[in-house]
Amino acid sequence: MNSKSLKVRTLIILAVTLAGIYFVFGPRRTPTGADFTWAGIKANLEQNINLGLDLKGGSHLVMRVKTDEYLKTLTENNAQAALTAAQDAKLPVTGSNVVADGSTYSITLNLGPDAQGAAVAEEVKKKVDLINWTEDVSANAVSWSLPSTTQTILKNQAVEQALKIIESRINAFGVKEPTLQRHGAEASAQILLQMPGVEDPERVKNLIGAESNLMLMKIVSPPNPSPVQTYPTREAALQSVGGALPPNRRVLPYAERDARPNADGTQPPPSWVVVEYPAVVDGSELRDAAAVSRTGNEADYQISFSFKPAGAQKFGEWTGRNIGNYMAVVLNDEVKSAAYIRSQIFDQGEISGQFTKATADDLALTLRSGALPAKIEYLEERTVGPSLGADSIAAGLRASLGGLAFIIVFMLFYYRGSGVNAVIALILNMLLTGAAVVMFGATLTLPGIAGFILGIGMAVDANVLVFERIREEIRAGIPVSKAIWMGFDRAFITIVDANVTTIISSLILYLYGSGPIRGFAVTLILALLINLFTAVFVSRTIYGWLLSRNPEPKSLSI
Amino acid sequence: MFQFFTELKVDWMGLRKPFVFISIAILLAGLISAAGRQLTDGGTDAFNLGVDFQGGTVLTVKFREKPTADDVRSALNSVGINESVIQDSTDKPDEKLIKIPIIEGQETAAPAPAPDANAQPQGGTTGGTQVEVGRAKVKSALDTFGKEAAADQTLEQDATAAYKIVGTDSVGPVAGEQLRDAAVIATLLGMIGILLFIAFRYDWTYAAGAVIAVFHDVLVTLAFFTVFQWEINLSVLAAMLTLVGFSVNDSIVIFDRIRENMNLNRTASLYDLTNRSINQTMSRTVVTNGLLFLAVLALVLFGGEVLRTFSLALLVGSIVGTYSTIAIASPIALWWQSKIGRAEMKDVAAEKTSGEKLASASRRSVTRRPVTR
Repeated sequence: MNSKSLKVRTLIILAVTLAGIYFVFGPRRTPTGADFTWAGIKANLEQNINLGLDLKGGSHLVMRVKTDEYLKTLTENNAQAALTAAQDAKLPVTGSNVVADGSTYSITLNLGPDAQGAAVAEEVKKKVDLINWTEDVSANAVSWSLPSTTQTILKNQAVEQALKIIESRINAFGVKEPTLQRHGAEASAQILLQMPGVEDPERVKNLIGAESNLMLMKIVSPPNPSPVQTYPTREAALQSVGGALPPNRRVLPYAERDARPNADGTQPPPSWVVVEYPAVVDGSELRDAAAVSRTGNEADYQISFSFKPAGAQKFGEWTGRNIGNYMAVVLNDEVKSAAYIRSQIFDQGEISGQFTKATADDLALTLRSGALPAKIEYLEERTVGPSLGADSIAAGLRASLGGLAFIIVFMLFYYRGSGVNAVIALILNMLLTGAAVVMFGATLTLPGIAGFILGIGMAVDANVLVFERIREEIRAGIPVSKAIWMGFDRAFITIVDANVTTIISSLILYLYGSGPIRGFAVTLILALLINLFTAVFVSRTIYGWLLSRNPEPKSLSI
Repeated sequence: MFQFFTELKVDWMGLRKPFVFISIAILLAGLISAAGRQLTDGGTDAFNLGVDFQGGTVLTVKFREKPTADDVRSALNSVGINESVIQDSTDKPDEKLIKIPIIEGQETAAPAPAPDANAQPQGGTTGGTQVEVGRAKVKSALDTFGKEAAADQTLEQDATAAYKIVGTDSVGPVAGEQLRDAAVIATLLGMIGILLFIAFRYDWTYAAGAVIAVFHDVLVTLAFFTVFQWEINLSVLAAMLTLVGFSVNDSIVIFDRIRENMNLNRTASLYDLTNRSINQTMSRTVVTNGLLFLAVLALVLFGGEVLRTFSLALLVGSIVGTYSTIAIASPIALWWQSKIGRAEMKDVAAEKTSGEKLASASRRSVTRRPVTR
């Protein structure tokens, strides 16, 4: 190593070290005097290193959108709409069949004698969007089925839509810096939500999963002033429509939230009403919803909502025609209130009932964000309290520092002067690994710290390999200056092979592993790459510098 | 100079039979433990799988006045949880770990139309999977000891509270299966990657030796986990993967030296070269692995509850990994080479087999890459 290349090497090392110090301890803005104080450095460090939830505390939720259910509902609704369309056109259709078993989704309209299948298909398609369905017309039936590619696309859309709705719900709720993304394979329909600092995710969980299917429907009942027509049982309600439910009717439970307990303290029995289907307007027409207090009492909130212009128009026309009739506010297939229409209403409505402030707020929020395309279920939940996270950091730090101190003492004792060389390389390795973690914006988790510690282990091994080799060469009688370079050259191949093997297996872990394993793999890969620089390039330069002062030393402190 | 083992002359390859015997004995113990537990009526499962891999819920609960495990168990019984594992935290005197298995039959629970005015408006999470009901059920059981500290307060801040759930791990059966499958696939692929790389850099015989040694290490570590019933969770998996890396690292250091020695001395038998290489690198093996062992020991002692199983797996692995390089990887490489006629197995390290020619294929594998300075 001549003196020029020595200078170049020293400059490279200095530049890299300074950059490393800046990345780990420096601010991402113009530095001020405060950045050079102990407190300033600490604050910058905390700013730069992105701690995982297991270290800083928070909630980690994995949920799945029930996409099968989504397709089932879609198929059923389309079947209903198709039947209605055909019947409205007075075509001889005798009934409909639906298959929705998780892999096949199909609608079949059974035709009466002398029906024209093609005409029925034509008529249905005017009213119902069946563009992406495969049509099959036979002598006595018309059927549509969903090709599997379309199923995949629709499922994917449902997940994306759910993702957007969940995002607006948690943003409205005020979760700070949430991470929300698809999780696992696309077909698994999973969503990952991480919320730093949220220790008890119960309310958020309920909020995310809450259904908010609002419908305003006409109740089948004699108009006001007669009381609204209710039935004590579902069977009685069905009886009133002739035993079998026609496609344009629904029987829904009616549980008025306002209902006071009876005098003897028992709850009034639930009742049932018959409503017209489809709804006059539904939740997709909502413009806004808010929780308002009726009396100022904490437990007496209701929700007022307003419609978008198109919805208001529809609602206004309908209420104009139905003054005196009863209308049901249906939330999630349950009638929440039934009231007669006093006058034409355009864009305002309310869901009355004894909501608490929290439940009313949450309900208003879910109404504003729109309905989820399908139910979601939770697959995984992990929460770490901030104190537990801080304890883990402390324990991890304590153990690493203890291990590191021991390694340093041992290296200095066992390799003496050369031990100093190893310690410099080791500390530089830690600094640069930290800088790389900051640069790539990687998240430091507990397994990540483990990867870091093992990276240090590999760095020590690299130094040991070199030193042992130099010792061997010296024992074999080779002059010191030559022995150093031979030691490096011979150990180099071993170090590269060993590091590359581990990098390969870590890369595979990163690609195929899940969350915690990935954190481990990332820091380990970074530490190993940097190890090739510190253990070989830096350590070698230090020896070069030593030999430049005394080209032919009699002995070496090793 | 203070040094270990400068002039070792041990016939490691001659010891291969006792080594293999030891390994088989440990693996048999593991097998007997696993099969015995699985087949005995009322016995536990072969492995103590954590919730990560089999589903279930673990809560870390901090108490103001810690109840006994029996009290907690009977409180859990009263809410219908009959199987539970209750442990004291080893490093925090006021904390307990409460582990409950998958709660069966929740999927079908019908949502009763609740006229309760303050109930969540049709909470959406009716039906309820493990993740939804696990924590809530344990919480309702714990409420018999007093109330939980408010969500935004610690136990110290909320003087009226009796406990606080400071950590939850709740994994449904689907997610557990996913994590398990991902772990197994990642590990197997990792091994294939290692196999290919070593085959490319050295030879198939060495690759096989290293990978079989790695398999051996994982199996021996698993044997320890079944015999002592330590819990296997995601962090144990990370530890296994780490020890795979270290074991291969060890194998490579020795293989590398064998390759170099072959190049320097083309007349010596592979049997002698292998022994010599192991002896020459012994001081590095002792220093590196000794340091690793001590660093891991620090993790076991000071790393706290969360790192405990991780550290234990590494501790076993750091010993087994070193052992297997000498006792498994090298003998297998040597044995394989002898099968294809490149080397000769000996039971006593005596007779010189000088003049034995290395097969040309082997010479290709010992080609050194040019060294630059």
